[in-house]
Amino acid sequence: MASAAARWNHVWVGTETGILKGVNLQRKQAANFTAGGQPRREESVSALCWGAGGETEILVGCADRTVKHFSTEDGIFQGLRHCPGGEGTFRGLAQADGTIITCVDSGILRVWHDNDKDVSSDPLLEVRVGPGVCRMRQDPAHPHVVATGGKENALKMWDLQGSEEPVFRAKNVRNDWLDLRVPIWDQDIQFLPGSQKLVTCTGYHQVRVYDPASPQRRPVLETTYGEYPLTAMTLTPGGNSVIVGNTHGQLAEIDLRQGRLLGCLKGLAGSVRGLQCHPSKPLLASCGLDRVLRIHRIQNPRGLEHKDEPQEPQEANKVPLEDTETDELWASLEAAAKRKLSDLEQTQGALQTRRRKKKRPGSTSP
Amino acid sequence: MAKSGDKSSSSGKKSLKRKAAAEELQEAAFAGDGATESEGQPPKAAAFPPGFSISEIKNKQRRHLMFTRWKQQQRKEKLAAKKKLKKEREALGDKAPPKPVPKTIDNQRVYDETTVDPNDEEVAYDEATDEFASYFNKQTSPKILITTSDRPHGRTVRLCEQLSTVIPNSHVYYRRGLALKKIIPQCITRDFTDLIVINEDRKTPNGLILSHLPNGPTAHFKMSSVRLRKEIKRRGKDPTEHIPEIILNNFTTRLGHSIGRMFASLFPHNPQFIGRQVATFHNQRDYIFFRFHRYIFRSEKKVGIQELGPRFTLKLRSLQKGTFDSKYGEYEWVHKPREMDTSRRKFHL
Repeated sequence: MASAAARWNHVWVGTETGILKGVNLQRKQAANFTAGGQPRREESVSALCWGAGGETEILVGCADRTVKHFSTEDGIFQGLRHCPGGEGTFRGLAQADGTIITCVDSGILRVWHDNDKDVSSDPLLEVRVGPGVCRMRQDPAHPHVVATGGKENALKMWDLQGSEEPVFRAKNVRNDWLDLRVPIWDQDIQFLPGSQKLVTCTGYHQVRVYDPASPQRRPVLETTYGEYPLTAMTLTPGGNSVIVGNTHGQLAEIDLRQGRLLGCLKGLAGSVRGLQCHPSKPLLASCGLDRVLRIHRIQNPRGLEHKDEPQEPQEANKVPLEDTETDELWASLEAAAKRKLSDLEQTQGALQTRRRKKKRPGSTSP
Repeated sequence: MAKSGDKSSSSGKKSLKRKAAAEELQEAAFAGDGATESEGQPPKAAAFPPGFSISEIKNKQRRHLMFTRWKQQQRKEKLAAKKKLKKEREALGDKAPPKPVPKTIDNQRVYDETTVDPNDEEVAYDEATDEFASYFNKQTSPKILITTSDRPHGRTVRLCEQLSTVIPNSHVYYRRGLALKKIIPQCITRDFTDLIVINEDRKTPNGLILSHLPNGPTAHFKMSSVRLRKEIKRRGKDPTEHIPEIILNNFTTRLGHSIGRMFASLFPHNPQFIGRQVATFHNQRDYIFFRFHRYIFRSEKKVGIQELGPRFTLKLRSLQKGTFDSKYGEYEWVHKPREMDTSRRKFHL
């Protein structure tokens, strides 16, 4: 039963009490998976990513510096890998060619051999990225390229197969109109598909686009949104815009061609901890500290599609990675921090009935 | 002419009014389609053209008159219906259907999906390991710092003093224009567990910030209806040094639970009560009413209470994770009026 349910989960969410939740949006159900059977705060999920083999395995990074392998087919935690070194929680987790890349808060980026038997092996590679890292993200097109950024830690792009020095090191923008240095706080990074560009969102409510291919090390585009730190970001299926969320639960879609605000999404009451767009459909899954998983429709019309209430509230930690086919389903879920992973197998769908909760006036045409 | 004089002089009398009305209607009838009326006798229902409503009468006095008459008529009918219903109920006796319960906003409350089920294990685990766990496990005892916004006026100062008599082990300090972010680390080193800041606007307290100290959540409330001790009628004598009992009413949702636990952690956690003082935090429709009473059991079933202490009403504006940091802190819940206050029957606490 657990295995069947595990396979059909569309969205995976990690929580602060260490439970990995799989949400089945068709049946509006949530299933809890724990490594040890009981929730434990020490195992709070701080990073999630897909494992090797195309979305059949999830790598879960926990607060006690272990990376667990979770099989979506079987619905059980299969392996555990301890990744010591540095201080702080995982800020980034990625998988490349049978290796696991981890980055912690204090700036130690390590590449580990993804081998369960070799539990206490040394890292294959270690890079010091600089203290105060908030995010490490892997380029989906080039698995050995990662980008890191954080508080007073400028955006750096690293090639793990290349030299020890970063491939691209961003420069801070010019002093502002009072001739004061603009502080740096990169909260989330995304690689734009189809080019080498990177988008970051900062704790000082800025969204910036960098282009390593150009000689300019400063951001190519900069826009601001709101007045609160932006905590999460995701790319939309079109590739031209990003959706950002801030600590007040405000979600906004920003067009990267012009730097314009396209529209906002409402519903969240707490800080946004995780956002993930479906790779092809205009759907967005969001989770935050208000313990609710929400699925939004981004266009035609812009509104709330589903809302999954938690049965047992927990705090959201991470954002979902992908969501698949969604129907009109209301799942009871604990939405705390979530990391979502999508299940691409579920592409055949039933009817997608339009549920208009609140239509945002002036929603853009697709 | 004489008749009209009579009309104006005896405006209180119904019959004359009716006669006058009849006359006017007659005139109107002549002018209009010619609906006939009986003369002399005051007609119970004047003949109007169909689809005519009282509000179409242009003459204000006349309109008022017709309206009052209609109202009296309605009242009579309502009374008659009530009496009839009562008679029927008495006639049926035991077989009478139960009385219908009137709808109130509290009755019609939209079911909140985040309402906590008492058997929920995840919530239980969450609460057992959150920031208040050390208080509920009796590992820490509360020590509260009460302060205000800068340069408080008399009412606020007196409210702080009275609050400090209500909350045991609390200390009032003058704010001196210090930044909260600088006060908080100092409080932590001095082992304070909670910080209460009463915000004042135009000489009245209007806000409350409650921050649980080591790294706990910060709740920001709007405070209204503040009554100091001398403004409370028929109150008892000043509160004594006994530790009060706490009553938390109606905190059903997950957010409500968090706030309820925050309030509970202000008072020492000791089920063996000495003294007859009780502090009540009653949540109704997202407003939290704070009252402080002294009770006495006069018999098995009768309790007498005297209100002591200050009273005020709170409404939650935001709950922030971590200690006070309104600019860069992460919020667990923010009140958004345009999104959350759309339904009169939906409440969040």
